[in-house]
Amino acid sequence: MAAEKGMNITLKVWRQKNGQSKGALETYQINDVSPDSSFLEMMDALNDQIIMKDGSPVVFDHDCREGICGSCSMYINGQPHGPARLVTTCQLHMREFKDGETIYVEPFRAKAFPVIKDLVVDRSALDRIQHAGGYISVNTSGNTQDANAIPIEKEKADKAFDAATCIGCGACVAACKNASASLFMSAKISQYALLPQGQVEAKNRVLAMVKQAEEEGFGPCSNTGACEIECPKGISLENIARMNREYLSASLTSK
Amino acid sequence: MSESRGLLKSHIVKKYWMAFTGLFLILFLTGHLAGNLQLFMSGYAGQLQFNEYAVFMTTNPAVKLLSYVTYLSIIFHAIDGMMISIANKKARPISYAYSRPEKNSIWSSRNMGVLGTIILVYIVVHMQNFWYVYKFGSTPFMMNEAGNAPLLQDGTAVAGGLIENGSVFLNGENVGVAMKDLHTIVVDGFTNPILVGFYVLAMIALGFHLVHGFSSAFQSLGLNHPKYNPIIRKVGYAYAIVVPAIFALIPVYMFFM
Repeated sequence: MAAEKGMNITLKVWRQKNGQSKGALETYQINDVSPDSSFLEMMDALNDQIIMKDGSPVVFDHDCREGICGSCSMYINGQPHGPARLVTTCQLHMREFKDGETIYVEPFRAKAFPVIKDLVVDRSALDRIQHAGGYISVNTSGNTQDANAIPIEKEKADKAFDAATCIGCGACVAACKNASASLFMSAKISQYALLPQGQVEAKNRVLAMVKQAEEEGFGPCSNTGACEIECPKGISLENIARMNREYLSASLTSK
Repeated sequence: MSESRGLLKSHIVKKYWMAFTGLFLILFLTGHLAGNLQLFMSGYAGQLQFNEYAVFMTTNPAVKLLSYVTYLSIIFHAIDGMMISIANKKARPISYAYSRPEKNSIWSSRNMGVLGTIILVYIVVHMQNFWYVYKFGSTPFMMNEAGNAPLLQDGTAVAGGLIENGSVFLNGENVGVAMKDLHTIVVDGFTNPILVGFYVLAMIALGFHLVHGFSSAFQSLGLNHPKYNPIIRKVGYAYAIVVPAIFALIPVYMFFM
């Protein structure tokens, strides 16, 4: 394989020792970056370079590196998961950038996402929203019903599946000018609201999850649509409208 | 947060109210614009038409009721909007050093609070310009075409009548309420180029507010359907351009006439 010309990149990376300290952008130069490497591979190379000079490596979240775990985050050049559409940071390739470009790398910013260190934020607020109502109760006493025994309209099943592809990465929160978790929350509500199994707890689910999101400090939805554009899984705004409908009917009829 | 209930119990409920009052105010704008079109009528006929319309708008009980609902809607929309804006800001105390919001959303959608504030200031100025002067200020009164007899609110000319404290007196007897001449106040007001410029600017702000607000209201109320979304978006854009443009045209037209 012919050797490709490496890229020279200037990085402005957010460095912050811990949640209490004040962070700042720090500038790094990294040369000979393969255009085919992923953004995280480039970050790995940067950390090698920093460690070689006895520095403290940049801490960032990652796990599966194939776009399904929702671990990686990073606000890259003013957008969550960078400039490419429908990909997470781990699937973002350096060829999306220009040789000699300056790239800003910041943590996802929200009151509900406190910085732990450098680019790592605590996203457990999303877990707590899920715990508040994002589940169904199934009898597992030994004679569990087959879920496929209930006929479900194909279109609805597809929509529920689309909503369930949300990986909970928090890009919607990071992109939203109000740090709202509406897209995440509405996907988690919709995946059940569309299915018969989800009807039993439907009312309490939407009320509890919305309440939890507010307690966590996520903002209101301004319908800017930024979340839908930036979502690596293409979760639709239609889900937010469904959540609004679910919430309206639940509020009007709850005791 | 405690177990809050009632009118503003959550962000989503606040958004329902924004949408609900916003859509009502869109209906109001349509009616207001239809009335204003009478200002394009020229001559004495136009002046009389507009002043008779002003009497109808201030005396008809149904219109009065609607006007109170409109005032309430404006106040509620503004206060609710401020509360939402504060919650928006609180949710991200530390902003990004480098952000490209134009990559994922339109400018209007991110600046509804600023646009709304401009419109609110405009409404206060506009109410002072015409509503306050018409109700409480010293207004001229409407005369018949020959200019020798004052008109009553129902349009009848009282030959030899004298106007005192807003009423027409004939031989010392009160024969009815005199018709005020709002048309002349409007014509005089729009001889001021600064006022005309301010009105035009406010209507541009209104246009941008509606570009996002119109379709956003439907989404907030949960009305999102692939069949109707394109219609809502297109009607919203058309409304946001056409209605403020005609509103803005009126002071400009009157300035140059």
